[in-house]
Amino acid sequence: MSDIKITIIDREGEAHTVDAPTDMNMNLMEVVRSYELAPEGTIGICGGMAMCASCQCYVLNLEHMLPEQSFEEEDMLDQAFFVEDNSRLSCQIPITEDLDGLEVKLAPEST
Amino acid sequence: MIIVGAGPTGLFTVFEAGLLKLKCHLIDALPQPGGQCSEIYPKKPIYDIPGFPEVLAGDLVTNLMEQIKSFEPGFTLGERAETIDKQEDGSFIVTTNKGTKHHAPVVVIAGGLGSFEPRKPPIPTITDFEDKGVAYIIKEPEVYRDKKVVIAGGGDSALDWAIYLADVASEVSLVHRRKEFRGALDSVEKVEELSKIGKIKLITNAEVVDLKGEDNLDAVVIRHKDTALGEEIKETDYFIPLFGLSPKLGPIGDWGLEIEKNAIKVDNTYDYQTNIPGVYAIGDVNTYPGKLKLILCGFHEAAIMCQSAYQRIFPDKKYVMKYTTVSGVNGFDGSRKEAKKEVVKSIN
Repeated sequence: MSDIKITIIDREGEAHTVDAPTDMNMNLMEVVRSYELAPEGTIGICGGMAMCASCQCYVLNLEHMLPEQSFEEEDMLDQAFFVEDNSRLSCQIPITEDLDGLEVKLAPEST
Repeated sequence: MIIVGAGPTGLFTVFEAGLLKLKCHLIDALPQPGGQCSEIYPKKPIYDIPGFPEVLAGDLVTNLMEQIKSFEPGFTLGERAETIDKQEDGSFIVTTNKGTKHHAPVVVIAGGLGSFEPRKPPIPTITDFEDKGVAYIIKEPEVYRDKKVVIAGGGDSALDWAIYLADVASEVSLVHRRKEFRGALDSVEKVEELSKIGKIKLITNAEVVDLKGEDNLDAVVIRHKDTALGEEIKETDYFIPLFGLSPKLGPIGDWGLEIEKNAIKVDNTYDYQTNIPGVYAIGDVNTYPGKLKLILCGFHEAAIMCQSAYQRIFPDKKYVMKYTTVSGVNGFDGSRKEAKKEVVKSIN
């Protein structure tokens, strides 16, 4: 098990390529929080249960490598704003070795 | 003590305060106690409550309610704590959005993520039309009688209100971003049926992107996903976006408390007091170096905070923390729980 590289474009448009561990049972939302790429309190508000949409991101590549959307995730994205075809909740994307090189952009903060 | 927020931390505060013979009153915007545990994930298991290998969030709330019962807490539910006023004697009056006032020497904010408020779609002019044609909650359905209404959203509340208002309003349009609706099956079927007979106008693969009107709302601008259809202006008296609830720090943010990272800064080296002496913040709502938003941390903070609150209320009384195993639990209702006395027999 080793770290993978993920590129995260923050809400200001700045790209950050970060190392994400594959052996800590982390999801993408937690990676964003651990590197403080979005202010606390504006991301992962529900803790990662697909029950808010504060961690919405746009997946820019490797879309076919991601897990299928659960009913809960689809349901939440249905009620979210700024949703595009490539929108996902980053809390529902576990960090695995398959995702090395993943690029995502954080969706705007919704009020 | 007034406790703002009836989540697990607020509820457990009643117990810790009760051991010190302090009486509590809880205020919560939600209609039931339990906070997020009851509102968001009652059926989800929690695995990190010490002593409980696994407990459902809803059961944790039920157990906490049982644990604090004998301390007879008061509840003001379904009302949001709106303002706080410091009195000359250093005590506080907290007033809710419905005008209910509570008076106590100490206020404890255990507000979690804040109160649950309707999500507002990101339409720049939307706040200009609030109460002038835009509503996020339907309070009085009769307001819409014989009026044109545009509802936006694809969940249960959007479907249910579209069905209800189909018989009240002169015209009901339901705008949804996708083709599929994700509500209860019978609601979806009913909407389809009403759409076929023209009682609900379904506008799918579309979003409301702008609002028009001089003073009151006159029309909404609907953008279709299909670029060939472009945008359409739809005349309406009311626009009701129904996109669920999200937690907001809300009015507490204007109480003069020091806010950092959407949370209330407290003194964690001592007693979780805020920058306003006599106002404490515990649980997910507070922040300090090393803060962890865990229920168990909220419980810990409640215990420490209560000792400090006691000293504040009774500055001249001496007190030492006691163990329930030794002292038992004396309820305000006259009940007493205590460990069974060992039967000791001496051998002569």
